[in-house]
Amino acid sequence: MAAVKPRPGLVQGVTDWVTERTPGLMPAYRKHLSEYYAPKNFNLWYYFGSLAMVVLVNQIVTGIWLTMSYKPSAAEAFASVEHIMRDVEWGWLIRYMHSTGASAFFIVVYLHMFRGLIYGSYQKPRELVWLLGMLIYLVLMAEAFMGYVLPWGQMSYWGAQVITSLFSAIPFVGEALVEWIRGDFLISDATLNRFFALHVVALPLVLLLLVVLHLGALHEVGSNNPDGVDIKKKKDANGKPLDGIAFHPYYTVKDLFGLGFFLIICAFIIFFAPTFGGLFLEHDNFVIADPMVTPDHIKPVWYYTPFYAMLRAIPDKLAGVIVMFAAVLILFFVPWLDRSPVRSIRYRGWPSKVMIAGLVVSFVWLGYIGANPPTDTLTTIGQVLTAFYFFFFLAMPWWSRMGKTKPVPDRVTMPH
Amino acid sequence: MKKMLIALFALLALPALAIAAGGGSAPAPSNANINDSASLQRGARLFMNYCVSCHSIEFMRYSRIAQDLGLSEAQVMENLNFTGAKFGETIHASMSGADAAQWFGKAPPDLSLTARARGVDWIYDYLKSFYWDEKAGIGWNNTRLPNASMPHVLWELQGVQRPVYTTGPDGQTTVSGLVLPDADKSRAASYDAVARDIANFMQYVGEPAAVQRQSIGVWVILFLALFTFIAWMLKHEFWRDVH
Repeated sequence: MAAVKPRPGLVQGVTDWVTERTPGLMPAYRKHLSEYYAPKNFNLWYYFGSLAMVVLVNQIVTGIWLTMSYKPSAAEAFASVEHIMRDVEWGWLIRYMHSTGASAFFIVVYLHMFRGLIYGSYQKPRELVWLLGMLIYLVLMAEAFMGYVLPWGQMSYWGAQVITSLFSAIPFVGEALVEWIRGDFLISDATLNRFFALHVVALPLVLLLLVVLHLGALHEVGSNNPDGVDIKKKKDANGKPLDGIAFHPYYTVKDLFGLGFFLIICAFIIFFAPTFGGLFLEHDNFVIADPMVTPDHIKPVWYYTPFYAMLRAIPDKLAGVIVMFAAVLILFFVPWLDRSPVRSIRYRGWPSKVMIAGLVVSFVWLGYIGANPPTDTLTTIGQVLTAFYFFFFLAMPWWSRMGKTKPVPDRVTMPH
Repeated sequence: MKKMLIALFALLALPALAIAAGGGSAPAPSNANINDSASLQRGARLFMNYCVSCHSIEFMRYSRIAQDLGLSEAQVMENLNFTGAKFGETIHASMSGADAAQWFGKAPPDLSLTARARGVDWIYDYLKSFYWDEKAGIGWNNTRLPNASMPHVLWELQGVQRPVYTTGPDGQTTVSGLVLPDADKSRAASYDAVARDIANFMQYVGEPAAVQRQSIGVWVILFLALFTFIAWMLKHEFWRDVH
């Protein structure tokens, strides 16, 4: 008697049907989720990568809804944003989610980058992960800059005017380049239109591609951890790292908890302090762009102010522009500037700890200086801190080797 | 290590303190409360009686005011709409822009977003800072916004403030204070309330969603707190076997 083959359930049936036709699907699921072994000792710093992804999705989704009512023209842009804030159902919520999301994006990305810095996550073999991450940061800055122009307020207009005019400092081609970027002699309707195109189509596509590559590169080499221990060195009989746990379900549930916490903070801002005291949405940007009236104090949004302070610290325009761009570009070289024999700050010598603390202090202070009108004292402090910022990176090959390192354990240590 | 962390934190906190302390002469707090709808209704009435002849609030609709301030269509059309606009239309000044430019040198600005650009306290202070100034073309000046060509349309409610001039060491004469005639001093408190109601209404006009925003926000945060708690329990459960 032939055995009766049991009929598979609906879910199993559909799964079988799909996997038969995409043999790579289940292996990919296993590689990136259920059998991606991440070190079990991740701490608070390790939430910010997944949070950055959530914010990216938030920006894309809220952005799509904003474009449904936004008008990318100099004559209508400002009023269309107010239309969203007042007449569009839940428009105010979508707009605040987008504007708060922009600042939240930079907060989580800065913390994510700092995590990489203190735990040496860029060291071999993760240089590519770092490079792709830095590219994401660079594109993100361009994306946020263009997005900031779209509401067409005074700060949108004059911020764009100042930042695009920086390119005029380039010898010979500068003026022509500025005109080419603006599509006009000044920031105008043409500029707004092209910035809209770049903000909603071109740069998001680039960002998404880079995020996929960033994750792909990470999953090839595996995640670092607060101890900087290579978990692949100790494996069990099945080839699973002893200190590794499957990303799904362990880190998916853990990140879900972190996400809830993060969303509570975001909700406080969105519902109770959406302008965040003029930091996330600036007061001057509630005044429509007026090419005839220059605001008293033109300043970029908070996430650019450290670099803006470096620009202003240098008296010469071209040198200032070079310093500002160099401040971002130098971050790309960190994997090769760091010569420390250990990854994590936990086992590094005291010079590394002092230098990293100094970097944090100078970056925050530069941010404060860049957000405020220049005074002699502030400019002098800004110059010292700019010098320190570059000293941090240029002298890294030396100070990263100084001091006595502590012995790195064989296995990761669990937080208590 | 702890001491180092504290020192680091202190260094980081300094700019934040400086931000809190800075910002020039901050206006006195208006204590305007956007959830006080009686104040908003009074403010709307004052605005429509004294301000809208010259100033538009072009992003604001009469119908929205009715909805948010708990007024009926009839109440708004009879008591607040003096321009003949339809209920669903936005609020435009009675005076035409061209006339205004001729009379005042420049059309009075739209006030839809003034509270967002300058702050509600600024408006409150501005309304209290008018004084009689013979040198000004229109006879009025304002210490909060010097040489603004705006007459003190509320002078009957406040009385006429006179300036106290002081000459500094550099020979510059500045207005160091404003005084009301004794006869008008008894009205100072009621005028404060007028200025507060108008400022409050302007704050509402700047962001009509602010009223809903905060009441919805409470529920959103309660939901997220529950979500986070459940996620924490889930995490705790799944991580039992990780040591």
